[in-house]
Amino acid sequence: MSTLRNAFQAVGISVLDFFRDVGGSSIMLVRIFARLKELPRTARQTLLQMELVGIGSIPLVIVTSIFIGAVAAVQAAYQFQDYVPMVFLGTVVGKSVILELGPVLTALVVGGRVSASIAAELGTMKVTEQIDAMELLAIDPMRYLVMPRVVACVVMLPVLTIFSDLLAILGGMVVAQASIGVSMATFVEGLRMFFYVDDVISGILKAATFGGIIGLMGCYNGFRTYGGAQGVGKSTMHAVVTSCTCILITNYFLASVLFRVIFYKGD
Amino acid sequence: MISIECHNVWKSFARKVVLRGVNLAVRPGETIVIMGQSGSGKSVLLKHIVGLLVPDRGRVLVDGVDVARLSRGKLFGLRMRFGMVFQGSALFDSLSVEENVGLAMREHTQFEDEEIRRICREKLHMVGLDAVGDKYPAELSGGMKKRVGFARAIAMNPHCVLYDEPTTGLDPIMSDVINNLIIKLARELKITSVVVTHDLASAYKVADRIAMLHEGVIVFEGTPDEVKSTDHALVRQFVEGRAEGPIAVRSSE
Repeated sequence: MSTLRNAFQAVGISVLDFFRDVGGSSIMLVRIFARLKELPRTARQTLLQMELVGIGSIPLVIVTSIFIGAVAAVQAAYQFQDYVPMVFLGTVVGKSVILELGPVLTALVVGGRVSASIAAELGTMKVTEQIDAMELLAIDPMRYLVMPRVVACVVMLPVLTIFSDLLAILGGMVVAQASIGVSMATFVEGLRMFFYVDDVISGILKAATFGGIIGLMGCYNGFRTYGGAQGVGKSTMHAVVTSCTCILITNYFLASVLFRVIFYKGD
Repeated sequence: MISIECHNVWKSFARKVVLRGVNLAVRPGETIVIMGQSGSGKSVLLKHIVGLLVPDRGRVLVDGVDVARLSRGKLFGLRMRFGMVFQGSALFDSLSVEENVGLAMREHTQFEDEEIRRICREKLHMVGLDAVGDKYPAELSGGMKKRVGFARAIAMNPHCVLYDEPTTGLDPIMSDVINNLIIKLARELKITSVVVTHDLASAYKVADRIAMLHEGVIVFEGTPDEVKSTDHALVRQFVEGRAEGPIAVRSSE
């Protein structure tokens, strides 16, 4: 009987935690929007965060993007064999990278790195009373700490995604030429065949949204930290899990809105 | 100078009641020490004064104004009249010593960089720290961090400074340096000071008045001499540092 009660209790606590997190992060988002007019005051912090998020993530993005493109080319060629002309290899690699793999995988790898780093930094500041000290200096932590991080993520994720798209296509092209026997000219011809600017725009919109999720989850979990080093560890882990989960869930809804409503090319 | 009044302040966290109706008045310009066991709610009370925590019941008045009822803008205005030295210093890790001390000036004044640097050097000199402006908190000893915390707390010339366990974790000599600083700042800047500590030597040295907080209520108030001579059972046990007596030792500590 008590086991059953404990199970219900655990489920109840998880549900309450979920709604508390949704509510808490939504309130934080509203507070960020309310302070956007003060962004010029925190230009220095925002630029610093953009450097940390953008420049700091480049090595990770280079490695993952090149191999994503390479794998996409190998997988597509395997599916095409004997059925689809290899001229479409560039089309498939380009489409899948620009629409899906570039924005989502860049967000996942950068999200893991950045949301963990933000949550750990802000969490440590919280448990060592640095955030209280900031409040006491009459400096709004939401403006000074949270807004620069979220804005930096929103701005830099699209930049990293475009960079990732280019590298992934390059990776796919090199593998196509080197191991599949599709020339670069054929690959590019396929790439250009069904290339739409709308696809690139939708990828950038997705990346900006994912950037917002990464920054928000990092900051929200950092600010909720309590209980010393163990608490920092928990918030860091929670930040990574929630940002990755939110990215994947949001991806479905964004795809539905972008490709079935906004950029829908049907009747 | 600032006056502070706590009227029947209650505060609990989850199911744990920390403050159970604190009544305390701090007169303008005086140095009051709040002493009590670890976990008795001293730091919690301190955070209520500057609105970092809001009471569940009761009121905290600063110059007659209820802190909990202030808008965020007015609360920030009030906080600019306060400085606080935190138990663990709470220096910003990512900023140098000079940036820590000068942060509030950069945010709230139109001073030129050179002027801010000059004031930072002046405040650091006041606390006996020269030539550490370019260092980062991780490069400083515990005592130096505390003193940088002092310099940051007085950077904006506050009317009241709150000290949360200013001598905890320091050696006796450094503790005395810190005590002298508290006295010096109170005299030179003519500020109201609230010091939370369980370090009796420090309390006797810096206090005009001492209040003892026990199980969430103020059980005794008096001058250092009155504390030394009282026969109040709780105060005697605390002052004499006896495990036996009316103050029960918490099993969780």
